[in-house]
Amino acid sequence: MTITSLGAPSTLPARQVEELGLRESATFDRATIADIQRAAATGVYDIRGWGAKRKVPHFDDLLFLGASMSRYPLEGYREKCDTDVVLGDRYASRPLHLQTPVTIAGMSFGALSANAKEALGRGASEVGTSTTTGDGGMTPEERGQSKHLVYQYLPSRYGMNPDDLRKADAIEVVLGQGAKPGGGGMLLGQKITERVARMRTLPVGIDQRSASRHPDWTGPDDLEIKIGELREITDWKTPIYVKIGASRPYYDTALAVKAGADVVVVDGMQGGTAATQQVFIENVGIPTLAAIPQAVQALQELGLHRKVQLIVSGGIRTGADVAKAMALGADAVAIGTAALIALGDNDPRYAAEYAAMGSAAGFYDDFQDGRDPAGITTQDPELSSRLDPIAGGRRLANYLRVLTMEAQTIARACGKSHLRNLEPEDLVALTIEASAMARVPLAGTSWIPGAKQ
Amino acid sequence: MVTLIQSQTQDYPTAADEATVDLADSPVRNLNQALHGAAHGQFWTVENPGGKHNLAVGIDAEVSVTINGHAGYYAAGMHQKGEVTIYGNAGVGLAENIMSGKVHVKGDASQSAAATGHGGLVVIDGNAGARCGISMKGVDIVVGGNIGHMSAFMAQAGRLVVCGDAGDALGDSIYEARIYVKGTVASLGADCIEKPMSIEHLDELAELLAAAGRTDNPADFKRYGSARNLYHFSVHNSTSY
Repeated sequence: MTITSLGAPSTLPARQVEELGLRESATFDRATIADIQRAAATGVYDIRGWGAKRKVPHFDDLLFLGASMSRYPLEGYREKCDTDVVLGDRYASRPLHLQTPVTIAGMSFGALSANAKEALGRGASEVGTSTTTGDGGMTPEERGQSKHLVYQYLPSRYGMNPDDLRKADAIEVVLGQGAKPGGGGMLLGQKITERVARMRTLPVGIDQRSASRHPDWTGPDDLEIKIGELREITDWKTPIYVKIGASRPYYDTALAVKAGADVVVVDGMQGGTAATQQVFIENVGIPTLAAIPQAVQALQELGLHRKVQLIVSGGIRTGADVAKAMALGADAVAIGTAALIALGDNDPRYAAEYAAMGSAAGFYDDFQDGRDPAGITTQDPELSSRLDPIAGGRRLANYLRVLTMEAQTIARACGKSHLRNLEPEDLVALTIEASAMARVPLAGTSWIPGAKQ
Repeated sequence: MVTLIQSQTQDYPTAADEATVDLADSPVRNLNQALHGAAHGQFWTVENPGGKHNLAVGIDAEVSVTINGHAGYYAAGMHQKGEVTIYGNAGVGLAENIMSGKVHVKGDASQSAAATGHGGLVVIDGNAGARCGISMKGVDIVVGGNIGHMSAFMAQAGRLVVCGDAGDALGDSIYEARIYVKGTVASLGADCIEKPMSIEHLDELAELLAAAGRTDNPADFKRYGSARNLYHFSVHNSTSY
């Protein structure tokens, strides 16, 4: 959403607003007023990128209990704290072995420029983690630059073909994403260039609105057969993930496992999108924090926690977030929005260009427009040439290393010799809401709201 | 059990190479793995398919496979290059995402036949269920009988030929695919309209019918395709969906 209309008070310094005794409505705040004005002016709903912007209980509402008397810590810079993770060893003969549990989430060529996709591949490969295709097929650039490439299998099947399927290191059957559980992909005409159109077998410049259901299966029983087909085509070598947008993760995880998934990916509502209706992003799905314990519970009840791996995404920003997701039971995490920021998204150096579009660094989310000054969410040759894939890859690798080292710092403080040894007992919650969702006690108490005695 | 009548080699074989797989005493996995290693020019026969799923999926060689009986879901899925003939009926997702080559069903096919197919030819002598040719991306489909509702939904490219009748909402949200129907159409989906038949269309239809081994007269068909009114999102179309 762009800041399309700023009311008079916003142009006044905060102090003056206070002195004048002006009161902003909590219900009709300035962003809401702008939304209504925009809807009245245009007659169409707002489509934007990014994930949910509303405040929801999140990893910030959790704290770690460092070691002290009853548990002892590991030496911060000396004792080993491993970070590697094996994904997909339930049925696949060639599981992925990643050096860090921080992976790159699915983002399409089309939504992103070819340079951005290449930079993601370079950055991920440098630190030994995986990157993921999106709704639009696999490009030679990303296959070439990605040591571990996950190939998404989406309802649209744009660019889906058995040659690329066999080239993939893992296959991710996508049922939904956190930004829009129950919704299909969207790519507006300004980003459907000749190359994007050719890869998707669509006319150039049309508004592409992908299907939200798979064309040849419905429900978990069909999915089991579909996964069987993908395994047969790849001779049971390639791990198969099932990605769900977090809405009913307890049931969806159990059904994905029943259908034969090697790995379940759960994407919370803070997970990003390149283009979706704002009303969808902000009002459908549940927070990442609430989704993890439900997915873990399903895996534990089936006796398959750690055997079917869980990847969590949606709002991962820091090594603390990585550590908290893993302490709650995830085997790995995926980042999307944060990876784009590492490449240069919302950089203040483009302040003037953001302003010209009615936005600002830190607010820019009009990924659907294809006019991204950082050259990431665009197909414009001039804009995308601004992103050097080698330099971008290096920035992403730096960021991935920081996330990993931060998570290790916390794990050592909790006395863990491997990130996966973090456990819910290492966590407390700061708020009642976070305590109930994450199922860890409110700090200083033994109380978990809703927990069975 | 895989019985190779002549030696199966990775070298260029003679066209006489034949193999029979009896699924009464051999798992589907063995069949598919053997087919993935099959050499160009080989003839394979599958006995006792028993409606099993995922038969002959992921073929990527100029082989000829005959399935003597009914097939379950995704028969000849993601097919490339070779030819698969099913002497029976086929389940959901027949030849889904086919890239090239030919898949021929002598009986009926269930839902989503040739879904998302990118190329090649799929021939169904009998009827096809709902969503035949859904999201098709370049495949040619010839159905001897009728097709179910929502067929050619979001069809992007390729040709769908129906020698019988079509169910409701034919070609809903269709892009550039062409549909030819000889019989009646229960209803057209959003943005799908009847279009005039020119010489070009009669010619391509004649070719498709001939490729499918049919003798129907192209002049008896009507053509349907996209009105292209919904290609761009506009508030004025909000009641069209």
